[in-house]
Amino acid sequence: MSMNSQGRPTVAASAATSDAPKTFTGNRALQIEEALLFEVGRHDVTGVDLDEPAAFKPRLGKLARKQPIDLPGLSEPETMRHYVRLSQKNYSIDSGLYPLGSCTMKHNPRLNEKMARLPGIGDVHPLQPLSTVGGAVELMAELGRWLLEMTGMTSVALSPKAGAHGELCGMMAIKAAIAAKGETRNIVLVPESAHGTNPATAALIGFKVVTVPARPDGTVAPEAVKALLSPDVAAIMLTNPNTCGLFERDVVEIAAAIHAAGAYFYCDGANFNAIVGKAKVGDLGVDAMHINLHKTFSTPHGGGGPGAGPVVLSERLAAFAPLPFVRAGADGPVLVESEEALLPGETPFGRMTAFHGQMGMFVRALSYMLSHGSDGVQQASEDAVLNANYVRAGLRDLMSQPSGDRTCMHEVLFDDTFLEGTGVSTLDFAKAMIDEGYHPMTMYFPLVVHGAMLIEPTESESKASLDLFIATLRDLVMKAKAGELELFQQAPRFAPRRRLDETRAARSPKLKWEKPEPWTEAAAAE
Amino acid sequence: MRYLPHSDTDRQSMLAAIGVGSIDDLFADIPRDLRVHGLDLPKAAGEMSVERTLGRLSARNVSASSVPFFVGAGAYKHHVPATVDHLIQRSEFLTSYTPYQPEITQGTLQVLFEFQTQIAHLTGMEVANASMYDGSTATVEAVLMAHRLTKRKKAVLSGGLHPHYRAVVESLSPMAGDTVLSLPADPNATEDILGQIDAETSCVVVQSPSVYGHLIDLAPIAAKAHEVGALLIAVFTEVVSLGLIEPPGAQGADIVVGEGQSIGNALSFGGPYVGLFATRMKFVRQMPGRLCGETVDAEGRRGFVLTLSTREQHIRRDKATSNICTNSGLCALAFTIHMTLLGQAGLSRLARVNHANAVKLAESLSALPGVTLLNDSFFNEFTIRLPGNAADIVEKLVAKGVLAGVPASRLEPGKGELADLLIVASTEVNTDDDRAALVAALSEVLA
Repeated sequence: MSMNSQGRPTVAASAATSDAPKTFTGNRALQIEEALLFEVGRHDVTGVDLDEPAAFKPRLGKLARKQPIDLPGLSEPETMRHYVRLSQKNYSIDSGLYPLGSCTMKHNPRLNEKMARLPGIGDVHPLQPLSTVGGAVELMAELGRWLLEMTGMTSVALSPKAGAHGELCGMMAIKAAIAAKGETRNIVLVPESAHGTNPATAALIGFKVVTVPARPDGTVAPEAVKALLSPDVAAIMLTNPNTCGLFERDVVEIAAAIHAAGAYFYCDGANFNAIVGKAKVGDLGVDAMHINLHKTFSTPHGGGGPGAGPVVLSERLAAFAPLPFVRAGADGPVLVESEEALLPGETPFGRMTAFHGQMGMFVRALSYMLSHGSDGVQQASEDAVLNANYVRAGLRDLMSQPSGDRTCMHEVLFDDTFLEGTGVSTLDFAKAMIDEGYHPMTMYFPLVVHGAMLIEPTESESKASLDLFIATLRDLVMKAKAGELELFQQAPRFAPRRRLDETRAARSPKLKWEKPEPWTEAAAAE
Repeated sequence: MRYLPHSDTDRQSMLAAIGVGSIDDLFADIPRDLRVHGLDLPKAAGEMSVERTLGRLSARNVSASSVPFFVGAGAYKHHVPATVDHLIQRSEFLTSYTPYQPEITQGTLQVLFEFQTQIAHLTGMEVANASMYDGSTATVEAVLMAHRLTKRKKAVLSGGLHPHYRAVVESLSPMAGDTVLSLPADPNATEDILGQIDAETSCVVVQSPSVYGHLIDLAPIAAKAHEVGALLIAVFTEVVSLGLIEPPGAQGADIVVGEGQSIGNALSFGGPYVGLFATRMKFVRQMPGRLCGETVDAEGRRGFVLTLSTREQHIRRDKATSNICTNSGLCALAFTIHMTLLGQAGLSRLARVNHANAVKLAESLSALPGVTLLNDSFFNEFTIRLPGNAADIVEKLVAKGVLAGVPASRLEPGKGELADLLIVASTEVNTDDDRAALVAALSEVLA
């Protein structure tokens, strides 16, 4: 019996024939089908041994639970096998090259995991008396010191929980600074090539988003910014290096124009990995930038989080950093948690989250920084840029770059011109990479390039790894040009699943498991 | 440097293949006068050195497991089975990205589908998302969602809402065009929130158990809110409570948000945690965050994908329901594994043990001279009034090796009427000896 007949029977959207013989279980050797927890769990099974408490008089008032929870359990061995099998259906950086542009999928050292589990880090409560967490506050201060030295900025807000949360923090600081001046600026300039979070963040707090057109190579021209400046412009949100993998060479001129207009410069720090130890954003005129600790500083992505997005601030915005923050004190760093504890000149705009931020990510990032040191972070940036350019050099004769062959930063952008006339789309090309054992690159982003393919190998890849990757892509390009259309359109063939029907998922959303209807002949005949 | 694979020979041959003479040529776009030559930071360090440095910082903190520990107020010390921490460190979970390529991320996606189902069942709601950053940010996202749904701007916050959660809403919502009416701190659960709900109200935000531990009957608040076309947002910070108390969905809540840290996740000084977010199916298209849905692959086999992404920033940009991108994937995984180990049988027993421990502790503490229990009802946390400043007393208890709880003044500084209040939590980790130690130490301090 295949898994599908255990759950809600599903109908093939477009049944493609598979050459391989069917197995009884639906398993394919090490690729093992795994039912949902709700299909294998039982309501009277638990994998946690705990003694029932002695009789006592409950204090739940009239709010004791009346309806059943309806959650099945599994014993410990069943739980282990269930989630180990599920894990085996995932691609990961530990198992292969993960060239997602703008995502910085680099090696996640296990030392950092070990450090996060030290009892004085992982097992301390955010509201313990401050006298019992001096080392934790010191760790936050030390992380802040590293971030400020690497960016050349004035202060840091550590608490934002992810990159987009950091963007929000930075833009809220800008909004507060504008309000403090008694101004009502309501326009935020965002280049076409920006991450979607940028316009979403600006719009969330009431700004009107105006798009800045890009040059043909994806960079922003100072003239394009100047043409949009007015007394209503609050800020520009610029990614540097940008999402086309290029350093914004006119960034200083853009910053000067923004500042002259009384506006602020928000920098999206998603691509910080290219320039750590090579340039300081404080020197570029940036007023606020978030740093994705889960990108540049290798805290694990975890299948979609948790991240951490500390924001570094310029002198113009430092006073508006949200609570809590760490202040240098005569007897060591002090955690400032409330307005009552503020000194003159400290005017936080409020609070981004409960407690103090992602300590578990702070310690991993600091462990990474201490390991690399000032020399290592610079070498990492150089190797990241070297690797991206090596991939570019290995593919430039076969794949097309939107603005010709030129040096890139830590990621290299191709468009789909080289696929013209082959019938193979960017999506098909990416799915064929899966069959070759690679996670695809970022596709269809940035939006300014047709059929974009953004490759970020990171510094973690060896030359041998890159050589095989380049050879694989070259082989795929040759096959596309040779008209082997089916190889692409049927891909992936060897992954745990073939292409999934996303339209169906969105049209009639099934967002949780429902108990199957009892089997009837009539329903079966349908 | 142990994390960087290239030898200098590798680098030289790669530069040659690229066709440049030196690495500096690849950074030519950075104006020369802006290039940095060395950072004022220590040089690279080996594993032993890093372990020593961070070990020293760790040793300066008192860990929850090392002392009788009763600190809660939004984060709770629970026992996490060893299986959980092993599984979340598997490479394929730990070092995978957001599942944008579903063919090779079915592991993460099926976990999210299980997580969403577990949260929906626990909260008594129809649909849950794939997690938010934490309980506080989930709360403000719920307020923004209520604004979109009702086209009204006034959010009413109960005085029993965790003050940090309130501050997060008060910081963001006004910038998003809302007005926020925060009721005064309500340590006795006596506020008249019904009287604050009117035809302008978009939502009422009520936490149960409240930050002071009171269980709040949500049904009358839901009824009043619905009468005027407003939504009830129910908040919890202790998810274990749902093992024993009536779920918010059954009490009429429209959006349920909460903190999931208690299940599967370490205290970790405040993060990373996992925000839970559930609502009714009719509101799903205004829901923030990622959603995983069931579908089929080209051979008709069941599979899972991220879905309804037309709500999200990477598609909708400035028209998105939220700017959220990264969530708390690995913390949600930890939650799901721990909840799978528990099952309803284990969860309800865990909840009973928590409640029993708290009841015993409340009885012992309130028997001390000068100590008053403020709660009629509570789950694993309650508030006592001490005969003196609670923060000072907590500090004296630290000297006696007991971490007694959270002074209300830590969350609400500068409010004299709260200065003597202490919020005390007791979970399954506390032994009879732990409780005896707290009672003995407190009675010595008060003597």
